[in-house]
Amino acid sequence: MSSAIIKPNGIGAAAPRKEDYRFITGNGHYTDDINRPGQAYASFVRSPHAHATIDAIDFTDALAAPGVLAVLTGKDVAADGLGGLICGWLVHSKDGSPMKTGAHPILALSHVRYVGDHVAVVIAETAAQAKDAAELVNVSYGELPSVTAVAEARNPAAPQVHPEAPRNTCFEWELGDKAATEAAFKTAARIISLDIANNRLIPNAMEPRAAIGEYDKGTGIYTLHTTSQNPHVARLVLSAFVGVAPENKLRVIAPDVGGGFGSKIFIYSEETVCVWASKKAGRPVKWVADRSESFVSDAHGRDHQTHAELALDANGKMLALRVKTIANLGAYLQLFSASVPTYLYATLLSGQYDLPAIYCEVDGVLTHTAPVDAYRGAGRPEATYVVERLVETAAREIGMDPAEFRRRNFIRKFPHQTPVIMAYDVGDYEASLNEACRLIDYANFPVRKREAEARGMRRGIGFSAYIEACGIAPSAAVGSLGAGVGLWESAEVRVNPTGSVEVLTGAHSHGQGHETTFAQLVSDRLGIPIENVEIVHGDTDKVQFGMGTYGSRSGAVGMSAIQLALDKIITKARKIAAHVLEAGEGDIVFEDGRFTVAGTDRGMAFAELALQAYMGHKFPTSEIEPGLKETSFYDPTNFTFPAGCHIAEVEIDPGTGTVRVVKFVAVDDFGNIINPMIVEGQVHGGVAQGIGQALLENAVYDPQTGQLLSGSFMDYCMPRADDLPSFDVGVTVTPAPSNPLGVKGCGEAGAIGSPPAIINAITDALGIRDIAMPVTPERAWRAANGL
Amino acid sequence: MEMSGEFRIPAPKEKVWSALNDPEILQKSVPGCQSITKLSDTELEGAVTASVGPVRATFKGSVVLSDVNPPHSYTLTGQGKGGPAGFAKGVAKVALSEDGGFTVLRYTAEATVGGKLAQIGQRLIDGTAKKLSEEFFGNFSAILGGGKTAVEPAAATAQPGVGLSPAVWIIGLILVMTVMTLLFVL
Repeated sequence: MSSAIIKPNGIGAAAPRKEDYRFITGNGHYTDDINRPGQAYASFVRSPHAHATIDAIDFTDALAAPGVLAVLTGKDVAADGLGGLICGWLVHSKDGSPMKTGAHPILALSHVRYVGDHVAVVIAETAAQAKDAAELVNVSYGELPSVTAVAEARNPAAPQVHPEAPRNTCFEWELGDKAATEAAFKTAARIISLDIANNRLIPNAMEPRAAIGEYDKGTGIYTLHTTSQNPHVARLVLSAFVGVAPENKLRVIAPDVGGGFGSKIFIYSEETVCVWASKKAGRPVKWVADRSESFVSDAHGRDHQTHAELALDANGKMLALRVKTIANLGAYLQLFSASVPTYLYATLLSGQYDLPAIYCEVDGVLTHTAPVDAYRGAGRPEATYVVERLVETAAREIGMDPAEFRRRNFIRKFPHQTPVIMAYDVGDYEASLNEACRLIDYANFPVRKREAEARGMRRGIGFSAYIEACGIAPSAAVGSLGAGVGLWESAEVRVNPTGSVEVLTGAHSHGQGHETTFAQLVSDRLGIPIENVEIVHGDTDKVQFGMGTYGSRSGAVGMSAIQLALDKIITKARKIAAHVLEAGEGDIVFEDGRFTVAGTDRGMAFAELALQAYMGHKFPTSEIEPGLKETSFYDPTNFTFPAGCHIAEVEIDPGTGTVRVVKFVAVDDFGNIINPMIVEGQVHGGVAQGIGQALLENAVYDPQTGQLLSGSFMDYCMPRADDLPSFDVGVTVTPAPSNPLGVKGCGEAGAIGSPPAIINAITDALGIRDIAMPVTPERAWRAANGL
Repeated sequence: MEMSGEFRIPAPKEKVWSALNDPEILQKSVPGCQSITKLSDTELEGAVTASVGPVRATFKGSVVLSDVNPPHSYTLTGQGKGGPAGFAKGVAKVALSEDGGFTVLRYTAEATVGGKLAQIGQRLIDGTAKKLSEEFFGNFSAILGGGKTAVEPAAATAQPGVGLSPAVWIIGLILVMTVMTLLFVL
């Protein structure tokens, strides 16, 4: 549907982001900017222990402290009959049994299971009073031994997280054809194996989580302002599962949200408590996480241990892949915890390659750590890391150029059914590989390497030809895999009598730029200025049910819903135009914002048509309803499959172990592109996060005590501008056939593709087989010096 | 985690021992001492306000004494709780010996810290531990040595490991020891 000519601010235009003016001038409305009359503040008492019984909670002093309105504990939650937090995806083990885990109470009742677990909440007049009083809550803990490491969790001697999950095993899951894979391995000329760890990450959105719960005594309606990526899903969970309020008595508003990366998909204890406590305290209750709370209580990401083997024939053709992964789920399952290391992971293990047989086993284990769930990429970075590390290693070990080895194994015919559920619909992997090689000047790498050597530096190059699945997802497909919801999206297009337009979308923007890209689509289709389009999202009272934003789905699913609603608008408008212009409907042409009668100079602008639609004077309202507003619920027919090639070049100083990323090329096939500037921004951010994982970021729990050691920015190293080179970003385009816009999704690709490229470059530079992420200077220095 | 270290105090052993038994001296020496309550001859509790970087909290501590062998050695088992700031707990064996005009206080200890202290304390604890211990022994020595504040710096060693940095354990130990030492004879 892409136009040959790009209209100003239409599809394909690098329109400036409409929302940025308010953000950069400090006029955004984040949850903490919102204050309600009579608002009180919540402070949570959190467990300092990784595992303990709660023997007693004495809050006499806290209750007597200045300004304190209430102190609530798990007993109060239980007395009010509230349910626990849920996982929305049911995974079954190989033996057919459903996954095993314990309850996830809003406030801990008998046990705490990770450092930061919620024990009690103090509600007070001011935030400072709440925090002071929280220090006066005296909790008697019975300390118990803990287990935090993924490798230790299933040890029979390991402390148990939940009695319901023996040996801390939530599930032992498998995907693929075991027999075919075993058979292929028997015929292999070469088997390349690697043990790979995918390091644990902490999301660190710029805006910490926050919530304001409010109860209206008159109407019985609760309102929750919260930092959510999916306010309707939050409302559904809070009403249907937690039971804090009926769905029709709960309004959830996710206003401006400063980044999520997955961590704000989930429904947490804190916002639940704010809603519940607002009625108990008789006051609106606000909570804003401080950064220390974010570190211990936001859901973390990744944390896999994997053994992977690739079977090749004598010509370097891939025969089969065998993967065994242990995934850390943390102490409790969050909303998507079970799906991330299973269906969002193993289904991508075919990569871009024609792999006849794949077998993957994933053991999901529970540990005394913060819950682990989706984080930018959610399963696909882990899969890509396994595949691309293994592929690069295989190429080196059979003595083949890594680009050539990939070319030899690329999928070239579409559609392509992989052995792990996914049916790739379109792609051109060689095109992105070739473009990336061109941009980085691959042919002259040896020259650059020699030049670096002359300076005493070790230079390496690494590839990553990633694929991911976005546009999550066809509802029936995810339903058959265990999802508790459909993953369609909704849109409502309201044309006002003056011809301006409001689009109400179930997607939620927390940095993605929907207010711009969605408006570009409307501007392009209706021929109206982008300024005349308002995108409304994030309020369950305004927007009909929607599924929210994650998994790079808002373009492919959310915009497709808008596109279908726009189709309906135009269809109806043409009928009205036919009456107003006294012509046959078939003669009405709609182009550049004007309805005209073909072959005549009779016509009317879109705004005039809109006014006529609401006046209802010139068409039979018995046949055509007055007004101009249409709704669509769009369910995609397939996932989309963004793919591309990242190439990194690093230089390592063997004297200091400093790794400098000197060149980074990302060539991505995102299908059709709505706004190339926003897409490039998404790539930059994603690549920065991926390089963060590869070089800097690491969540570390003390193995003996279960304390989070990397609990602040002093110990958890985030990437900064001076850690990164200027990225070269390129695109190739194969439009996605599964949605009307041909878009695929770009929000996560950078974080998915970049880590293996960096590690492949480092191992190339140092001439080593593997090195653990994050490659800190110490690790690089030891490796460079054979220590 | 186990660790050990020593302080050199410019006073003879008997004088140090009796000072360690003098609540007034101890109270003056412990930085941020808030209160002391004697539960029995060997059980005590007290409160000390301490700051580790941005974490400022009142640590409520309790201690049990054993193996008391005047004026040579004793064992302290104790814990300090700072609410959301975390906790510190441990066992310390303390021995006194003479070296010239100095008394050498040697300790070996096993300690654990948790909560916010462990979470954000790592980079800040080194300095805090040094400051707290210097303050305590500085005060203590000043009182005993009649104004002489020179204290040999703590020579602490800790077993290396993957866990908390030695500094974290040391601050935990110092907090525990400060409380424990304070409560020793009351």
